[in-house]
Amino acid sequence: MSQKKIGNETRVNRWGYFFVLPFVIVYFLFNLYPTLYTLMLAFTNSKGFSGLSGNYVFVGMKNFSKLVQDQYFWGALSNTFVMWGWNFAPQLGIALLLSIWLSDIRLKLKGQGFFRAVIYMPNLLTAASVALLYRSLFGYPIGPVNQFLQSLDIYDIVERDGKAIREAFNFFRDVSMSRGIVAFIQWWMWYGHTVIMLMAGITSISSSLYESAVVDGANSRQTTWYITLPMLRPMMLYILVTNMIGGMQMLEIPFLLTDMRGAPDFKIRTTNVYIYNMAFQGVNDYAYAAAISIGVFIVTIILALSIFFFLQDRSELKKRV
Amino acid sequence: MKSYTSALNLKRFFIYAFMTILALLAVVPVYLLLINATRTNAQINAGISLIPGHNVAYNWHALTSRNFQIQQGFFNSLYIAVSSTVLSVYFSAMTAYGLHVYRFKGRNALWGLILVVMMLPASLGFIGFYQFIAKLKLLDSYIPLIIPGIAAAGTVLFLRQYLSSVLSVDLIDAARIDGAGEFRTFNTIIIPIITPALAAQCIFSFVGSWNNFFTPFVLISSVKKYTLPMLVQMLRGDIYRTEYGGIYLGIAVSIVPILIFYGFMSRFIISGITMGGIKE
Repeated sequence: MSQKKIGNETRVNRWGYFFVLPFVIVYFLFNLYPTLYTLMLAFTNSKGFSGLSGNYVFVGMKNFSKLVQDQYFWGALSNTFVMWGWNFAPQLGIALLLSIWLSDIRLKLKGQGFFRAVIYMPNLLTAASVALLYRSLFGYPIGPVNQFLQSLDIYDIVERDGKAIREAFNFFRDVSMSRGIVAFIQWWMWYGHTVIMLMAGITSISSSLYESAVVDGANSRQTTWYITLPMLRPMMLYILVTNMIGGMQMLEIPFLLTDMRGAPDFKIRTTNVYIYNMAFQGVNDYAYAAAISIGVFIVTIILALSIFFFLQDRSELKKRV
Repeated sequence: MKSYTSALNLKRFFIYAFMTILALLAVVPVYLLLINATRTNAQINAGISLIPGHNVAYNWHALTSRNFQIQQGFFNSLYIAVSSTVLSVYFSAMTAYGLHVYRFKGRNALWGLILVVMMLPASLGFIGFYQFIAKLKLLDSYIPLIIPGIAAAGTVLFLRQYLSSVLSVDLIDAARIDGAGEFRTFNTIIIPIITPALAAQCIFSFVGSWNNFFTPFVLISSVKKYTLPMLVQMLRGDIYRTEYGGIYLGIAVSIVPILIFYGFMSRFIISGITMGGIKE
């Protein structure tokens, strides 16, 4: 990064513009402009076919005042957050354990490459297909999961006509089971990725740290606790933030798992599903959908900043002051 | 000493058991999918099996006889994924090289922009994107699925990191002294050097496009142009209600190409995730 004087003429350096030009043009056209356009739309009443063809007027903050009072928006936000949390906590916990074990020289675990390849595999699968797969697996009344549970003699107890009846689980009628399934799928698809990231972080810790600790008589619990975990902190912070931003974008799985509207009772409807419902179903309220996108963006920024603020290394902070 | 070894062995045993459970958790859902894709409805309803059936031909017929053009969808997805990958990786390499080698005005601003874009949630500009595409009369066209790949911030970031670790300035200067033009230097000297990184990015960009469900789902309306994930999504519909084998087979068709590819490339893909990046 710190190399200086490459080519050392401005004439040559002008070539840089040609190299970055395609990126800049496409970025401005298909990314920046649409983003600013979304921002503008949020202050209009663009709705339906006429709204799409440009017949709209500015309505000021109307969409945002609606947004703040919209219980479905806050509901979607908390659904997203709950399902993300239930996926992230086990994801980080299990990934931390695995990455510490897999990189422990004393344990010398065999079959590591194969194991990592297997647990990372779900990450590459088409999310839409994964949603449909789990929809079938958790099917009612005769999906494979129910068949498996029944072979273990586990049934749902339903009360009908005053009598308790043993029945197959209707997973997607139950809020916490549906949310659990979404969280499980997210975990299933992503923890392998987190293991690989954490292992890369552990590999980059200088081995001389461990060697001198072992010379000083540290055992493996102590090296984990006092070297690995503190040194992994920046990596974990990075994973937390990117995972949170990604989690707030949860879409395909909750969208396709049930009725595309977050059934049961809108309780697995994430904010992105809500944006879709507003803009591309029913009345096509583009303006309000744009306002939701911006609302989600603001919440995401606030969360990311608070993560940095609360979890940043305090000692480093003091040094800077 | 002995108790130390046996304690270690016990720990190792529990870790292997845990790893086995996790590996099974990853494999079993996919395995059940593949097995059920080959079984009859009666067999599927009767219970779980780990042995494949012989009903693929019937399931295939059940799947495709309802105007479900899965071959067409397969080639549509392939077409979009290949074109967007080629454009995305080539132009990202160009951008990364431009940013790395030349000191031009606005370079740092552009670099900062790329870092910010990386962190922006994808949904932020989607409504505006949709309306913009509609205004350009490009709804139901593949252009908005392919061209935006040229500005892939993540790929640029990755490739620039890689460039800074492998590229020596002397090499570029040598090429210049030999009279090679700037673009020729890039195409004939730089591209071969960064091929491993390009290959890794090709895979991720291809998989990303292949798996993309939402953008085509919103933009594409004629059935002939449907991509594979869009077709898979149709399996939710009522017409397939009783054709469980057909549904499983349809899902399998979208997943199997990735599984085969991954079977050959897993080592490379996994090392590609962290290649060049992460230097704490």
